[in-house]
Amino acid sequence: MTKAHNPDSTAGLGKYLVSGPPFLFLLLMFAAPAVITVIASFSYPGEFGGLAPLITSDPNTLHGVTLETYQFFFSDFIYIEIFIKSILMASCTTLICLSLAYPLALLIARSPSRRRDILVLLVILPFASNFLIRIYAWMIVLGPQSALSLLINGMLKLFGLAPVHLLFSSFAVLIALVYVHLPFMVLPLYTNLEKHDPNLLDAAQDLGANAWQRFWRVTFPLSLPGVFAGTALVFIPALGMFAIPEILGGTGDMLIGNLIKEQYLVTRDWPFGATLSIMLTIAVLLIAWLTAKLGARRGSYV
Amino acid sequence: MAQLEIRNVTRRFGDFVAVDNVSLNIEAGEFFTLLGPSGCGKTTLLRMIAGFDVPDSGQILLDGKDLADTPPEKRPIHTVFQSYALFPHLTVARNITFSLKMARCAHSEISARLQQSLDQMRLAGQADKYPNELSGGQKQRVALARALINRPRLLLLDESLAALDAKLREEVQVELINLQRDVGITFVFVTHAQTEALALSHRIAVMNLGRLEQVDEPSKLYGFPRNRFVADFIGHINQLDARVLESAHSHLHLSVAGAGDIIAPPLISAAPGQNGTFSIRPEQVRIGVHNELVELKNHFSGMVQSVLYQGDVSVYRVKFADGVTIEALLPNSAPGRAQLFEVGDMVKVGWRHDAGIFFDD
Ligand SMILES: Nc1ncnc2c1ncn2[C@@H]1O[C@H](COP(=O)(O)OP(=O)(O)O)[C@@H](O)[C@H]1O
Ligand SMILES: [Mg+2]
Repeated sequence: MTKAHNPDSTAGLGKYLVSGPPFLFLLLMFAAPAVITVIASFSYPGEFGGLAPLITSDPNTLHGVTLETYQFFFSDFIYIEIFIKSILMASCTTLICLSLAYPLALLIARSPSRRRDILVLLVILPFASNFLIRIYAWMIVLGPQSALSLLINGMLKLFGLAPVHLLFSSFAVLIALVYVHLPFMVLPLYTNLEKHDPNLLDAAQDLGANAWQRFWRVTFPLSLPGVFAGTALVFIPALGMFAIPEILGGTGDMLIGNLIKEQYLVTRDWPFGATLSIMLTIAVLLIAWLTAKLGARRGSYV
Repeated sequence: MAQLEIRNVTRRFGDFVAVDNVSLNIEAGEFFTLLGPSGCGKTTLLRMIAGFDVPDSGQILLDGKDLADTPPEKRPIHTVFQSYALFPHLTVARNITFSLKMARCAHSEISARLQQSLDQMRLAGQADKYPNELSGGQKQRVALARALINRPRLLLLDESLAALDAKLREEVQVELINLQRDVGITFVFVTHAQTEALALSHRIAVMNLGRLEQVDEPSKLYGFPRNRFVADFIGHINQLDARVLESAHSHLHLSVAGAGDIIAPPLISAAPGQNGTFSIRPEQVRIGVHNELVELKNHFSGMVQSVLYQGDVSVYRVKFADGVTIEALLPNSAPGRAQLFEVGDMVKVGWRHDAGIFFDD
């Protein structure tokens, strides 16, 4: 008797074949650098950048593992202050994105299906041009001679107020952060809202809910998975962003991203850069964990 | 005064007339059914009663008051949707009490009414479950409980049993009749299934192409359909081409193509020479050997062409000597029934002189 063909074993093999390459890619591009960063954060800096060796034959050179960089991080409040400021900035960005994106996503989701595709296309259209070019464009829009600046300062003058500088300010950074991340909030929200059963709104109205109640009791709670997805997609990149503050921010608008970049490229203190990166990752994971705990209670029906 | 009055209501979508000049009176406490083939405008009419759609012309009055300016959320009318439309993010308890929350009822009253509703609908123990954890029958009961908890004047049910499997549907039909009797709320039930309509309703409105064909009690609708459409849509019926030979006060004398001359119940409007259709229900047609049927005015000879055994009954298709085929339905357990016929048997077929209806075309 021949052995019966077992479909499970080939399916299992196929699974490994298909998931193998992405697994290897992630191992190489994500796990390995993460391990290196952790090791770097416990190392001494090298003389001209890079890291001091962990083991060496020459006892006079700096080597081995140390907690020095972590002590350094907590010794000066300025680093924690930059962290707090960055988290505030990312939070503001997320909140503004959410309040702008929600009505937009709702509008798109409730449009006739043909117009929907065009509107979604418009939302992702900015991706067609380079990220840096779009940030430099804001330099022009917010510059002192721009129509926007002239208009605002003209108005302020009418009321007898001093003119303001839009460019190189936290305001400019916030505007650009919102601008860049808005599509990442719109798309998950739209994807969620588009799936809502319109009968549910009819049912709510039938049972006596007015437009306000229909939104807060049906649409919004059902859209929470989309809200959480969009929040994660905006908050996390906004927290680590360094290009925008560098181009549009003033001297006092340094965020964590800039600080980390500076350690690697200017100060050439790789261990401290690694420490800052790890603290950032811990902060993000902490916030994600809190959000997930919040979402778990609401999202159990999904 | 009728509780719900629908006066000359018309609804168009572009050039298409979905509801065509419909007038209806529905009495308080009635179990009223809108019956018609898919696409005949039942849902559209129901949505106008609920307020989700607006008539192009005509009026809808509840307790004598025009509803035109009342939005759906202000109408004392609730709907049980075909898909149930239960809120997936709310527990059974919160689904059921939704309307009470919207009406800002006191907390103590809400929980008292919830308890009562859970008991009535046999949902005790399900209160904290989410809709996706319920069976089809339970979902249906939650939808009913949710729509009934604040005692609407009118309950609309759109194909509410269609999603249930056949066995469960029969059970739920009985429950629905009892529930309607117990709560005393007017039900307007929409279905395309005629057996369901006959079983449930006090009165039925048969709709076709946006128009009302007939509004009547189930037995009247079945026994005395007003036209060919109703006769054909409700139950099974034999339709035979016929011509009027003589129209008397007491009877009609018809010539049926492929069969012969028959006597039928009178129709005032029929005149000699007129063409039309003679319709007769299969259960009114009798089959037998010659002797038992001679006393019937209408009787013919034929051959059994097919037998459809259905357990309780058998449906025989008998072909007459002159060519026409007729269906006869016989219970298999009739007392004294000695013989079941088989394909190829020569039989006598007959029906009473007062059976069947003639429809002029
Ligand atoms: N919003 C609408 N726009 C265009 N046509 C519609 C609309 N709603 C219903 N119809 C049409 O009206 C007819 C009646 O629909 P409906 O009331 O849903 O029928 P039923 O419930 O009896 O199956 C159908 O032919 C349907 O295509
Ligand atoms: Mg329908």
